[in-house]
Amino acid sequence: MPDQLLFAMEVTLNGLMAGVLYALVALGFVLIFKASGIFNYAQGVMALFAALTLVGIMDGQVPFAHLINAIFGTDVHHFGWNVPAILAIALTLGVMVLLAILVERLVLRHLVNQPDIILFMATIGLAYFMEGFGDIMWGSDIKKLDVGLPQGISETVESATDAIFGYGFFIDRLDMVATVIAALLVIGLTLFSQYTKQGRALRAVADDHQAALSVGISLRFIWVLVWSIAGFVALVAGMMWGAKSGVQFSLSLIALKALPVLMLGGFTSIPGAIVGGLIIGVGEKLFEFTIGPMVGGATENWFAYVLALAFLVFRPQGLFGDRIIERV
Amino acid sequence: MLDAGTDGYVTEDGRKIGGVLMEMKNITLRFGGVEAIKDISFDIREGEIRAIIGPNGAGKSSMLNVISGFYVPQEGEVWFRGQRRPQMKPFQVAAQGIARTFQNIALFEGMSVLDNIMTGRLTQMKSGLAAQTVWLGKAQREEVANRARVERVIDFLEIQHIRKTPVARLPYGLKKRVELARALAAEPMLLLLDEPMAGMNVEEKEDMSRFILDVNDEFGTTIALIEHDMGVVMDLSDRVVVMDYGKKIGDGTPDEVRNNQDVIDAYLGVSHD
Ligand SMILES: Nc1ncnc2c1ncn2[C@@H]1O[C@H](COP(=O)(O)OP(=O)(O)OP(=O)(O)O)[C@@H](O)[C@H]1O
Ligand SMILES: [Mg+2]
Repeated sequence: MPDQLLFAMEVTLNGLMAGVLYALVALGFVLIFKASGIFNYAQGVMALFAALTLVGIMDGQVPFAHLINAIFGTDVHHFGWNVPAILAIALTLGVMVLLAILVERLVLRHLVNQPDIILFMATIGLAYFMEGFGDIMWGSDIKKLDVGLPQGISETVESATDAIFGYGFFIDRLDMVATVIAALLVIGLTLFSQYTKQGRALRAVADDHQAALSVGISLRFIWVLVWSIAGFVALVAGMMWGAKSGVQFSLSLIALKALPVLMLGGFTSIPGAIVGGLIIGVGEKLFEFTIGPMVGGATENWFAYVLALAFLVFRPQGLFGDRIIERV
Repeated sequence: MLDAGTDGYVTEDGRKIGGVLMEMKNITLRFGGVEAIKDISFDIREGEIRAIIGPNGAGKSSMLNVISGFYVPQEGEVWFRGQRRPQMKPFQVAAQGIARTFQNIALFEGMSVLDNIMTGRLTQMKSGLAAQTVWLGKAQREEVANRARVERVIDFLEIQHIRKTPVARLPYGLKKRVELARALAAEPMLLLLDEPMAGMNVEEKEDMSRFILDVNDEFGTTIALIEHDMGVVMDLSDRVVVMDYGKKIGDGTPDEVRNNQDVIDAYLGVSHD
C-alpha cells in the first residue's frame, strides 16, 4: 500500500478517537436540550468542574483552601490523604447530582414557561458562576489527572499494523480506552432510556411536555435526572480530556468544539451527536494532514466551524435532526 | 327527574350511579382580564358519564384543566373522594387516579403505539431504579401486570394491528383512540375526555361512542367529557353541565338541559346583555 494512504488511515483512526470526546460533550448538550429545550451553555464548564472536583478529591485537596486561609489566617492545603480513583469518581458523581438538584431548585424552577432565550442566558450565567466557583473551590493551577488509565502509544497496535502493512500505526492507548468507555456509556444510556421507568419518563418528556404531565410525570424530577446524567457525561468527558491534556481552564472550551458537532448532528439526536463528533474529529485531522501544510497548518482551530457552516446551508436540521417544516 | 340524592341514583337504562366522586365548588379562573370560569359549582358521581357542553370559548377545556391540575383557579375548592384537594401539580393529580386526553391530541409522536400506551402505566410503577436494573422480583411482577393491562386495553380498543406503528404515522381518528388507550392504561378512577370525537367522521364517532360506553360499563370508570355534537352528548351522558361565557347556565339530565330556555338561547346565539 502506498505510504500516503497508510498515513491517511492512521490519521483517520486518530481523528475517530478525538471525535469520541467531541461526541461525549455534544451528547451532554443533546440530553438536556431534548428533555427541556434548554441549550446548556454550561456543559463544557460542567466537564471542567467535574474534572477539577475529581482531581481535588483524589489528591485530598482541601476545598476552598485559599478562601479559608485568607479568612482565618491558616495555611491548609491538603488533608494529607489520597482517595482511590473509583471512590473519587463515585464522590464526584455525587457532587454532580447535587449540582443538578441545585440548578433545578435555584434556577430552572423559577424560570418555567420563560422563553428559551431567557433559559439560555441563565445557563451562560451558570457557566461563569461555575467557572469562578470551581476556581475558588479547587484553585486555578493546572492539575494532572491520573485515574490509572493506560497512557502512551499502544505497542500492540503498532506491531500488529507493522506486521500487516509494514507500517506501524501510532495510536494512543488512552484514546482507545476513551473510545471503549464512551461506547459503554452510550450503550448504558440507551438501555436506561429504553428499559427503565425513569428512562421511559425521560423519553416522554423529551417528546411532549403536556402529554408527559398528564401521564403523571414530574417535570422537576426529570430535570434533576437529566442534569445529573449530563453531569455524569460531563464527568466522563472531563476525565478523558483531563487525563490527556491535564485539567485546566481550556477544558471548558471543548464545549465550543461541541457546537459544530451539534450543527452537524442536530440538537435533538443522540446518534447525531455521536456521528457528528466522529465526522468532525476525522474531518479536522484529515484536513490538517492533507491541506494543512499548504496553508501553514493550525487548521484544526477553524475547520470544524467551516464544515458545520457549509452543512448548515444544505441541511439546517443536521444529519439526523427532525425535519423542520413550518406550519402555515 | 332522576333522584340525585346523596347515595346516588339509578339511570334510565338501569345503571347504578354512586355518591359524589368529585365536586367543584365555586370555581373562578381568570387569565389576566379574561374570566374563563365564573363561580361554577357542580359534581361528578361515581360511575357516571358527565358531559360538559357549551359554545366555543365557553370555558369547558379550562374546567377540565382545573380538574387535572393544569390550571390553578383563583377561587374555589376542588373536592375529590370526600376530601378537599390541596393545590396539586398535574403529575400529582394523575397519581390520584385521574387520567385525561386533550382537545389537540398530546401523544408522544416519536414513540410507537405500544410505547405510548406503556407510558400510561408510569403512575402504577413503584419499584426503584436498582430493582429494575437487576430485574428483581417486584419489578418483574410489575412489568407483567403492566403488560397485562396494556394488552387488555389494546384488545378493548381494537388497535392490535397498529401496536408497533409510530404514532406520527397514524390518521387522526386512530390517534384519538391511542390517546384514550394511554389514559385507560393508568386504570383511572376518573377519566377526562376533551372532545374525544372532534374531527371524526360518522363511523369513527360511532366507534368512539361505543368505546366510551363500554369503558364506563366494563371498567366501571367515571367519565367526564366535553363534546360539541349534541346527538352524541344526548346519547352518552347521564347528566350534563352547560357553560356559556364562563358561566354555568344549565345542569341536569340531557332532557332537562335540552328544554332549558337559557341553553336554547345560548345555542341559538341570542345576544347576551
Ligand atoms: N392558557 C390560557 N391563557 C389565556 N387565556 C386562555 C387560556 N386558556 C383558555 N383561555 C381563554 O379562556 C376562555 C375559555 O377557553 P376554553 O379553551 O376553556 O374554551 P372551550 O369552551 O374549551 O372552547 P372550545 O369549544 O373552542 O374548545 C377563552 O376566552 C380562552 O381564550
Ligand atoms: Mg376546548
